[in-house]
Amino acid sequence: MISLSINGKKIKVKDSPDKPLLWVLRDTLGMTGTKFGCGVALCGACTVHLDGEPVRSCSVPLSAAAGKKVVTIEAIAANSVGKVVQAAWVKHDVPQCGYCQSGQIMSATALLAKNKKPSDADIDAAMSGNICRCGTYNQIRAAINDAAQAMSKGGRT
Amino acid sequence: MSAIYNASRRDFLKTSVLAGGGLILGFTLPGAARFAEAASVFSPNAYIRIASNGRITVVCGLSEMGQGVHTAIPMLVAEELDADWSSIEVKQAPADPAFNNPIFGMQATGGSTSVRGHWEPMRKAGAAARAMLVAAAAGKWKSKPSDCRTEKGMVVHKSGKKLSYGRLAHAAAKLAVPAEVKLKNAKDFRILGTSMKRLDTPAKVNGTAKFGLDVRLPGMLTAVMARPPVPGGKVVSVDDAKAKAIPGVRQVVQIPGGVAVLAEGFWAAKQGRDALEIKWDDGPNAALSSEGVSRMLTEGAGKGGAVGRSAGDVGLSVAKRLQAVYEAPYLAHACMEPMNATVWVKPDEIEVWAGTQSQGPSQGILGKVGGIAPGKVKVHTMYLGGGFGRRFAPDFTVDATLLSKISGKPVQLVYTREDDMKAYFYRPASVTRFVGGLDSRGKAVSLSASVASPSIMEASGFMKLPPDGVDQMAVEGIKDCPYDIPNLRVEYARREPGVQVWFWRSVGHSQNLFFLESFVDEMAVAAAMDPYEFRRELLSKQPRYKGVLELAAQKAEWGKPLPAGVHRGIAVAQSFGSYVAEVAEVSVGKDGKVKVHRIVGAVDCGMTVNPEIVRRQVESAVVYGLSAALYGRISFKDGRVEQSNFHDYPVLRIDEMPRVEVHIAASTELPGGMGEPGLPPLAPALTNAIFAATGKRVRKLPIDSDQLKHA
Repeated sequence: MISLSINGKKIKVKDSPDKPLLWVLRDTLGMTGTKFGCGVALCGACTVHLDGEPVRSCSVPLSAAAGKKVVTIEAIAANSVGKVVQAAWVKHDVPQCGYCQSGQIMSATALLAKNKKPSDADIDAAMSGNICRCGTYNQIRAAINDAAQAMSKGGRT
Repeated sequence: MSAIYNASRRDFLKTSVLAGGGLILGFTLPGAARFAEAASVFSPNAYIRIASNGRITVVCGLSEMGQGVHTAIPMLVAEELDADWSSIEVKQAPADPAFNNPIFGMQATGGSTSVRGHWEPMRKAGAAARAMLVAAAAGKWKSKPSDCRTEKGMVVHKSGKKLSYGRLAHAAAKLAVPAEVKLKNAKDFRILGTSMKRLDTPAKVNGTAKFGLDVRLPGMLTAVMARPPVPGGKVVSVDDAKAKAIPGVRQVVQIPGGVAVLAEGFWAAKQGRDALEIKWDDGPNAALSSEGVSRMLTEGAGKGGAVGRSAGDVGLSVAKRLQAVYEAPYLAHACMEPMNATVWVKPDEIEVWAGTQSQGPSQGILGKVGGIAPGKVKVHTMYLGGGFGRRFAPDFTVDATLLSKISGKPVQLVYTREDDMKAYFYRPASVTRFVGGLDSRGKAVSLSASVASPSIMEASGFMKLPPDGVDQMAVEGIKDCPYDIPNLRVEYARREPGVQVWFWRSVGHSQNLFFLESFVDEMAVAAAMDPYEFRRELLSKQPRYKGVLELAAQKAEWGKPLPAGVHRGIAVAQSFGSYVAEVAEVSVGKDGKVKVHRIVGAVDCGMTVNPEIVRRQVESAVVYGLSAALYGRISFKDGRVEQSNFHDYPVLRIDEMPRVEVHIAASTELPGGMGEPGLPPLAPALTNAIFAATGKRVRKLPIDSDQLKHA
């Protein structure tokens, strides 16, 4: 048994230690908000937070998540930054097909949690690991800037 | 492809012919009874349900893959219903003939047909419901319907009395559906033409939106398959001992498409698949190579073939003659969500959960595969994590059906990214040879084009090459060349390298407009004319083409100097009933690397349902087109696809994203499609800008930056 903290809940799973966190979330726990895109950390669709850091859960073995705090898209609204990011995504109607957006929101939230006023270059650096085949990049950038501005005012977007 | 697949393709054909009997006449459809819920819910037809609490559900038979159809269709209904937009919800329809796409005659989403096909039927459905609500209110007030009007979900009597649609739903449900309804004049539209927010956004920002891969059923097994590494290859022998030893692996099954490992969850299934030891017979395509494909198509384009269009005499004597050969590669769709389907074959029915663009024909195909009548195949259409044509194909649903039938369990078949990349159904490779002629004043007087490529129509399984031998999809965009060139000839030489080809966003236009609009640029250069003015003169009889060309040029300030090193290119195209011109602003580094600074687009899509969604679709197509032009290539060596994942099939990322501006031309024409038309002008606008920057003409995609290096 391996103990995990997922979205603030303590959970024990029987999976093998080398099973990627993505499949523990999606298959063992039925939490399907985190998406499978490439399996090798190239597309960012599976991004979750591990002790606040954005990680590609397809390439994090369960053993590496043991004892750490995992946060997924399902609980991002409980995070003060995540809530503002989500509201900015709604305001800008960012998603098209929507499949990559869980990962985009997780990466954007991690960026804004550390950098309250990211430059375009900061956004490029933090977000270029997240592919969107619908091409919503300009809306993602606008939503991040909007969220940053809302946070600076201490309010909502 | 496999025997099963071929059998199912034949069935695909039959199903679509059966379903092709007639157009949907909106509210006159039978169907309400099949979809009726509680008595308190007013369902005048299959598409609308009005509950007594006033919530209005629009049932949409089309697949949402990002193009915004789950917002556009409700807008059509809500307009004529005079609904309060905030009371509208959308629900995905089951597969049922009531939801046939009028343009296809079957229930399917593609070809940028959704708004074009449903523009009238969905408005009529809304208008019929509105008329019934008005009649119900008039009945309650013992008044005449003509004394009542409607406004934002209320029927309002001339005296000022009001009743909400919710309160009228019960009475309206008892009335007869009117045989004829009057539709609004476009000038009275209140919802259509506005940028209503997408109805699917909330679920897509909190992880609750359910895609095909998110389906979880009790007792479900996950399948990952090993497929022949060479198209047409077959299994010789399988050693599955190591696969079966992996914890969680339950069964190894051989089907015509390959060998599947069924397991508890994806991880065990994938490990099991990777542990299979299979001997393959590579079959007749073992020597397939991209060089061979290129040679075959170049030979075809040189030789010519069936005549698709012929006017005047392209052999006439001209002052200047130029010729060029253009080439485009096979392309994968690389949807964000890899292909997958979940199927449960039960004794008396089949249930399918899939992000599919072709739920109607799937009923026939999967019924055949599972041995059950098409009407007993229930298709639950999930959100599509990208479609772009790929999810019109039946490979993933057919194989999942076979695996469920054999195992007796609900099965979710999952393609890994590598499986998805190597699973064929590619945009065809194509070569086109042009010869153009200019008169002594530099006017284009002749153009001949010879296109060589595989036939998508034949590959589709539900179309045939027409009697003239010209695959419409192989020549579209060139055959309908809009330029006023009196001597014009288009030929098609069908060549089949042996790879399953398929529809890819904008289909033949995706490569043909790159070919044509690049060669027209070459003619402009040969005529020593500005490429915008050269096109404009040749489009004097084509107001809609000319309109978007001028709008794009004006908004991009064509002719005005740009910062040092930045250059412009322009291109214009019509596809799926919409006209789009794009101007690309580009610089090319000494290392040959292309930087795209800005794309300015102009679109005439007729009357606009939702302007923001139109702009986003053009922007989306720009990004999809940029990925293809800069990087996209599926290549073959020793029969094997060389690409596997996003490291060797790169796509555009946020750090390469240009600014995009999209301007919509006002129009009173009927709506055109919008999912695809933004794509065709992108590649030529880009490569024409590269020519302006470097003097080097890109005649083969993807762009090879080594060829653009300069001192």
